[in-house]
Amino acid sequence: MRRLAPMLLAALAVLAAACEKKTQPTGEAGGAPSAQAPATAQGGGAPPAGDDVIVLGEVGALTGGQATFGISTRNGIALAVKEANAAGGVKGKKLVVRVYDDQSKPEEAAQAVTRLITQDKVVLILGEVASSSSLAMAEKAQAAGVPMITPSSTNPSVTEKGENIFRVCFIDPFQGFVMAKFARENLKLNKVAVLQDNKSAYSIGLTEVFRQKFAELGGKITATESYSQGDTDYRAQLTAIKKTQPEGIYVPGYYSEVGIIARQARELGLKVPLMGGDGWDSEKLFELGGSAIEGSYFSNHYSPDNPDERVKKFIADYKADNNGAVPDALAALGYDAARVAIEALKKAPDTSGPAVRAAIAQTKDFPGVAGNITLDAKRNAVKSAVVLKVQDGKSTYVTTISP
Amino acid sequence: MAVPGATTLSDETAGRVPPALRGILPVLIAVPVVVLADVLLNTSPFATYLLSVVGVNIILAVSLNIVNGMTGQFSIGHAGFMAVGAYIAGVTSLELKEVALSFLPVAASDQVLFTVALLAGGVAAALCGFLVGLPSLRLRGDYLAIVTLGFGEIIRVVVQNTEAFGRALGLSGIPQYSSVAMVYFWVFLVVLVARRIAGSSHGRSLWAIREDEVAAEAMGVDTTGYKVRAFVISSFFAGIAGGLFAHFVPIINPGSFTFVKSMEIVVMVVLGGLGSSTGAIVAAIFLTLLPEGLRSLFGALGAGGSLAQKVDQIRMPVYGILLVVLMLARPQGLFGTKELWDVLPRWLPRKKKGMS
Repeated sequence: MRRLAPMLLAALAVLAAACEKKTQPTGEAGGAPSAQAPATAQGGGAPPAGDDVIVLGEVGALTGGQATFGISTRNGIALAVKEANAAGGVKGKKLVVRVYDDQSKPEEAAQAVTRLITQDKVVLILGEVASSSSLAMAEKAQAAGVPMITPSSTNPSVTEKGENIFRVCFIDPFQGFVMAKFARENLKLNKVAVLQDNKSAYSIGLTEVFRQKFAELGGKITATESYSQGDTDYRAQLTAIKKTQPEGIYVPGYYSEVGIIARQARELGLKVPLMGGDGWDSEKLFELGGSAIEGSYFSNHYSPDNPDERVKKFIADYKADNNGAVPDALAALGYDAARVAIEALKKAPDTSGPAVRAAIAQTKDFPGVAGNITLDAKRNAVKSAVVLKVQDGKSTYVTTISP
Repeated sequence: MAVPGATTLSDETAGRVPPALRGILPVLIAVPVVVLADVLLNTSPFATYLLSVVGVNIILAVSLNIVNGMTGQFSIGHAGFMAVGAYIAGVTSLELKEVALSFLPVAASDQVLFTVALLAGGVAAALCGFLVGLPSLRLRGDYLAIVTLGFGEIIRVVVQNTEAFGRALGLSGIPQYSSVAMVYFWVFLVVLVARRIAGSSHGRSLWAIREDEVAAEAMGVDTTGYKVRAFVISSFFAGIAGGLFAHFVPIINPGSFTFVKSMEIVVMVVLGGLGSSTGAIVAAIFLTLLPEGLRSLFGALGAGGSLAQKVDQIRMPVYGILLVVLMLARPQGLFGTKELWDVLPRWLPRKKKGMS
């Protein structure tokens, strides 16, 4: 027994190491053996020939701090792929998704994406949610010339990594544009004050675009006040804002501060609606803001209440596949990302990196469940956003704003 | 793997090698092997990445072993020192990105600057090690564990709130200078240093502290001094490991240097056997390749459809179960305090007996 344990251990170590080495040559030689592995992975009654499948790669946080994001995204992607396969696949081949977990860590994401590219020879990569993980992956995908689509990383720097990196969500500053348009055209406001979070690049980015667009549309910004994340008293700024008699206040911060700001604004007698971005998107907002936040508006990626037929069908299909769970914004964006990818694969003359990249870049007015997607020259999605209204302690769909 | 092999050889053949060569023999063998490995692997990015991760983990485990194994102290903040090295080296490299030494070709000058950045990271980490170690190593037992734990968390929170370090999003755009050769050159250095310490009078004092601190002090060993020195050396190499890490991972982010990372390194040292450098190496290789190995294994078994998606999540529990089983079967770790070449002859069939 004493001798057995170490021997067993050594055997295991050799096994683990050997597994690596076996796949290594396929990375260099390429071709048939590596295509074989995904085919067997598909299992069941799938035909054994490696040529009959197209392999997509996905990296997501299935464990760790952001696991709910990763799992929602994965479910959305799985639904899109299932639908595509039911409709006959792409170019007569079935689609297979290889999903690797990155434990919510960027270095694991880089490792997983390298494995997808060199070992599994994927034609395209989907992921991640967190911008830091997406940045790590983008660097590797760009270097290898494999197209990558991130469903929901909104930080502008992600697609700046190179021509192979795309996203199907809007970037942070776009929400400023959406709210300016909504305030001016739907709410018909003339005078609006701004209260921004000075510590957050997100808040400053939204404010800048909002001010510019609102003035362009003929409105007037009466005051711009600032606070810092973590403050608890906003009465001085709100009093200064009150003096200018605005018809609305733009507060593009996070829900934790916005809830308190709403309460203190009402205390000071400011009854005008507040407006914000997806930083408001949390159940906590209604807890913190209570009745004070009622009647306020914020922009978001997607709403399950959207009466659009496509959205209704997506929700029904998603519920059927996932024990009745209602898809969140991340599931919707994952679904859209996968459908954009599949559409591009259909259009591309072959599945090589440059061909697929070119096909993705041509995506125009693609009907996604989280808005119509057009990719611009910077590979960011130009798409509609939804505006939600806080009503009876929950957010309800108001309208869709297109760029 | 080339590196421990090289030192083994130097020990075994010590009797036959001319005295003048003994000091540099490991260098003569290890450096060409490392460079050759780098050239051979150039075409396989995945193997390069994986080997780099393995190398960094070896450096971390072997350096932690100097404190936890040889000196018998319990430090659980190694990821904190790694973070210091990673961020200092990363920022240095970012600053020097546009700079090149005029008298060298660009590639060579990059490597020189990379070495400078690494050393900056290592020295910064060593300084932190000194500052943390000096007050806390006067204490005995569990206190060091608590202090190092606190230090690791402080570093993470500081980074998270510093604009220059990229806050929570992380630091990206660090030039990717690292290569297998560079990583394994440092692996070689840390193993050499650890082995030399273990065999020196300095090392004997560390062993004495580990076995009985009071007795060591009674014998005239300056316990605090030895402990602090061991701790500083260990922190220096952790900083180097962090610096290397920052130059092959495209983005470094506070989430990579949490308490969990510290515990991973402690697990490697304990699994390998407290006090055994080669044990730490074998455990680091094993534990780093295990998750990827399981990925390949499940793939090869043909886990179909939805199961294929689930196996990726099963990897971590399997990893945990293996650890439990290993510790139950062999509580003193793989090698105990022995080194690979002390244990290997007993495991192998008898015909190899002549080797030892």
